[in-house]
Formats: sequence, structure tokens, C-alpha cells
Amino acid sequence: MPRQQHRRGTLTRRPATGWLFVLPAALIVLLLFLLPLGVLIAMSFTDWPLLGGPEPTGLDNYTSIPQNDLFIGAIAFTLLYTALATVLIFGISFVLAAISASPRRGAKFYRTAFFLPYVVGTAAAALIWYAATNPQTGVMERLIQAVGLTDGTFGFLATPDKALWTTLSLVVWKFIGFQVVVLVVGLQSVPPELHEAARVDGANAVQRLRWITLPFLRPTLALLLVLSITGSLLAFDQFYVLTNGGPDRGTVTLVYAVYQTAFTSFDLGRAAALSVVLLLALVAINGLQLFALRRRED
Amino acid sequence: MTTQTARPTAAAGPPPSRRRRRSGRTRAASATRSGVFHLFSATAALLFLAPLIHTALNSLKTPEEANARPPTWFPESLSLANYSALATFGEGIGTYLLNSLVLSGLSVLFTVVACVLAGYGFARFTFRGRNLLFGTTLLILMVPYASLLLPLYIVIGWLGLQNTVVGVALVLTMFQLPFGVFLMRNAFEAIPREIEEAALVDGASSLGALFYISLPLVAPAVATVGLFAFIASWNEFLAPLIFLTGADSHTLPIVLTSIRGGAYGAVDYGALQAGVVLAVVPTLVIYLLLQRYYVAGLTGGALRG
Repeated sequence: MPRQQHRRGTLTRRPATGWLFVLPAALIVLLLFLLPLGVLIAMSFTDWPLLGGPEPTGLDNYTSIPQNDLFIGAIAFTLLYTALATVLIFGISFVLAAISASPRRGAKFYRTAFFLPYVVGTAAAALIWYAATNPQTGVMERLIQAVGLTDGTFGFLATPDKALWTTLSLVVWKFIGFQVVVLVVGLQSVPPELHEAARVDGANAVQRLRWITLPFLRPTLALLLVLSITGSLLAFDQFYVLTNGGPDRGTVTLVYAVYQTAFTSFDLGRAAALSVVLLLALVAINGLQLFALRRRED
Repeated sequence: MTTQTARPTAAAGPPPSRRRRRSGRTRAASATRSGVFHLFSATAALLFLAPLIHTALNSLKTPEEANARPPTWFPESLSLANYSALATFGEGIGTYLLNSLVLSGLSVLFTVVACVLAGYGFARFTFRGRNLLFGTTLLILMVPYASLLLPLYIVIGWLGLQNTVVGVALVLTMFQLPFGVFLMRNAFEAIPREIEEAALVDGASSLGALFYISLPLVAPAVATVGLFAFIASWNEFLAPLIFLTGADSHTLPIVLTSIRGGAYGAVDYGALQAGVVLAVVPTLVIYLLLQRYYVAGLTGGALRG
């Protein structure tokens, strides 16, 4: 983190005082971040049943990953989910951001409406979807039949594909508000004089979008992209609550696979190895982001 | 870190461009455009509000109507029976509401105390290991939350905190640290230290200077940090699911998920949706009241690139 040098404190302050102030945070970082990080890595080289002690097993937990159907399936599913969620959220958020950033009266109300679901918990949101899409009492079945799209029961969670799309609709609803608000702030950072000047020079709306708005938004877009990808790769709550990983284990994400390995199969060592893989993937993605950001600043 | 955290007052600021008169367009054409805009936008807004409105209305149906097949569109009669039914699930909904409240309260307390003190320490003092500690704190953001919960489960046991609200609150505090410490450090750095120096010369201690001089000035940032900690822990699902296994220690999201899973017999959709309303209303109300601070944190935290 490049930051400018700080002025030294006044002479009356001893350096130990600084440590006293940061001590609570430092203890939390040490005991609940660095220590668990070390434990995680150590765990991954052991056979560790939840109730019982660890037995060192070398690299077994890692070498067995390719034969782990649950995890391999989860990788494929999570990547598909991440791609779809990111494309959907990006596409729709541009439209909603355009509405929210409009100078027209009412835009602020619309922005609040788009943002409200973001403060709803993921589990609560998934339960709303669960109640609305269940085949017997759910309003969505009645709605889709009233529109005439289907005669019998549609079954919003009946197949892995339908369950995925139903969950995607939930995720777009729940998370898009964040992206909209960040985009609006990005849009408002474009100096209006630039648009004015370009208009005077005869640039049309598309040209102004391409040559003024987009270059200003690029850092925002890069950040949102990384947040959307890393967030989607770690999806768990919505699948645990809404689809239960089913049907046919067809909606098991990476974190879900780790959770099941640890707390259903009680195999902590293997779950730790899966976690380390997940961690390395995420650190790599975040590292790429930092690299990209740094290069742009040069 | 070139752009600094937006100050709460600046974040919700007015849109920078005013509408400009466009030559060559008639008043009628512009009215049509405005009508199209509002028709489209209002439809979109309704789509976003519909799940919340629908759930609230369903929770007010009678239990029979809430479980009717096929469902009714709107309540035919209003009733609070679904809410009173919640009293019979497990230990009663009051216990779980209280658990959620205690967990959120503790994690707000821990987060605010740790972040204010650390933010002040980082902003005002030079000491050995300062940059290393600050960098390590920010590193928490890089590590996927879910992969740390597993070893945390072990470490929390070592600390003798298994199955305690304090243990979970500390875990949630850890995940709030990077955001909170970063925000508080920036807030303190924005205050000229000369203001405190006057108090120090008059004999106040460092802690006294922090409390009486600087803390009131960074109150908006404290509100932002506390608000984020509250909403995150009130909504938190995975950590309480793993750490709080006692039947009477579940939080609201966990117990609602058990209702959905049939832990209390056939799923009662009326009660389930009443429970969802109880889980959702606090965050919505708090957000609407403190929107300013929330959006400030959101954009200040997110746009720090």
C-alpha cells in the first residue's frame, strides 16, 4: 500500500502508546486470522475427523482432489454460475444505473428501490424465493400459469437447470443494488464540463459515452468485475437455503462442497485442502486485480 | 490508494449535472420521453419491491390462506396468527430474535472499539511493525471467508469459546476489521493533529485526547463502521450455522432455514414468511434511517482502488 510518509508524532508520545491503541485489533488479527491460516494449512496435510485427533498424511488430501467427484462437479458448476451471474448483473445494472443517475424527479426513489434488497440477508432472501416458487402454495406457479406459459406445474426448483436460473434471479435481485450505487457514484465523478465541451464540439451521445464516460468508469468497472467474480465463486447461502445443493447434487458450489466435506462427512483434513485450493485461486484473482490497478497508476 | 474514503456528507451529494434546456424539442416530446422513462423505471422498481411486499402481505394472511393451494394473490382477510404461530417453533421466536440481537450487538461493540482504537493508533503514531500490521489487517480481505471458518472452528475451541456468542462475535469482528480500520484511520487522518496537541499540552492523556477531542469529529465514520457490522452480523448465516450448534443458541436466519427444512413438521409457509419479515424489517428500517452513512461506507470502501 503506497502511502505518503507520516509526520512523526509529538515528542511527548512514546512509541509504546501506539501499540496500546492497536493492541485489540492486533490480537484479533493474530489469534483469529494468522493462527487459523496456519492451522488451515497444517490441517490440509492431515487426516482429521471432526471428533478425534489429526494424523499426518502428507499430500494425500491434495492428490485425491482429482478423484473427488463432488469437488470437481462443484468447480464446473461454480464457474458456470459465476459467469452467468456476472453477465446478468453487469447487463442489468447498466440500465438501472442509467435510471438512478438520471436528473429526473423520482430517480432517487427508483435507486432506493433497486438498493433495498441489498440489505436483506441472503438467507432471508432465499426463503422469500423458496416460499414464492414452491409448487403448492407459491405465487410464481400461479403467475406463470396465469400468463399461459405452462399448463401443469412448472417446477422452479425441479431440475438443476431450473434451480440454477431461479437462484440467479434471486442473486440479481439481492446483489445488483450494490453495483448500481457504485456505478452511479462513478458516473457522477465524470466532470459535467467535459460533456458540455464535447457537445459543443459536436459529439453525439454515443461518442460521449465511448470517449468520456467509459474511460472515467474503467477503474470502477474493473473493481466491480473482480468483486462480482470473487463473490460468486464463494456463493453458499443462497444454494444452501434455496436449493439445498439439489436436485441430484446439481447445484453444489465450491464452498458448499467444502462445507459438506467438513460437516457432513466430518473429514476436516480433506476440507482444509479444498479450502487451500479455493484460497489460492482467490488470492490469484485478487493479485491480478492489484497488478492491473498498479499498472494503470504508473 | 489514491482516492480517499468519501466523507459521509459528500457521498449522498446532489447530482452534478443540472438538466439543460434542449433547443428544437417541443414540450410535448419531452413530456412523452419523461412518461416513457417513468413507466419503465416504475415497473423496474415495482419488480424489486414486489418480493418484499408480497412476503409482508402473505405474512398477514390467516394461516389457512397462507398455505392455500393454489395461493391467493392478495390477503382476503388480515390476521397476525402467523406471527403468534412463530412462538411455538423450537424455543419460541423470542429466543432466536434475542440471540440475533445479542450477536449483532456484541459484534458492533467489538468492531467499533477495535477499529476506533486501531484507526487512531495507525493515524497518530509511528511504531515498530506499524505498516506490517496494517498490511496484514488489509490482507484479511484477500482470504475467502468460507475457507477460514473451518480452522476458526478449531481455534475458537482452543480459546474455550466454542458454542458461545462471544466467539462468533469475535469471528465476525475479524472479518469487519479491514474495512473498519481502513475507514477509521482515514477519518482520523483527516483531522488536523494540532487540535489534539492543544489538549495534550494542557495535560490530557492520549486516550483523553482521542475521546474528548477527536472522537466526536469522526462520529459519522463510527456510525458507518457500526452500521456495516450490524447489518453483516444480523444477516450472517454460515458462521452461526457452524459455531452455534446448541438448540437454544440459533440465530434468526438459521432457525428460519430449519422451518423451511421441515425441522418443525410440515413447512408452515405463513409462519415462515412472518419470520422472514421479522428478519428483514430491522435492516430495512435501519438502512432507510441511516442511508447516508451506509452509502458513504459502501462507496468509500469499494472505490478505494
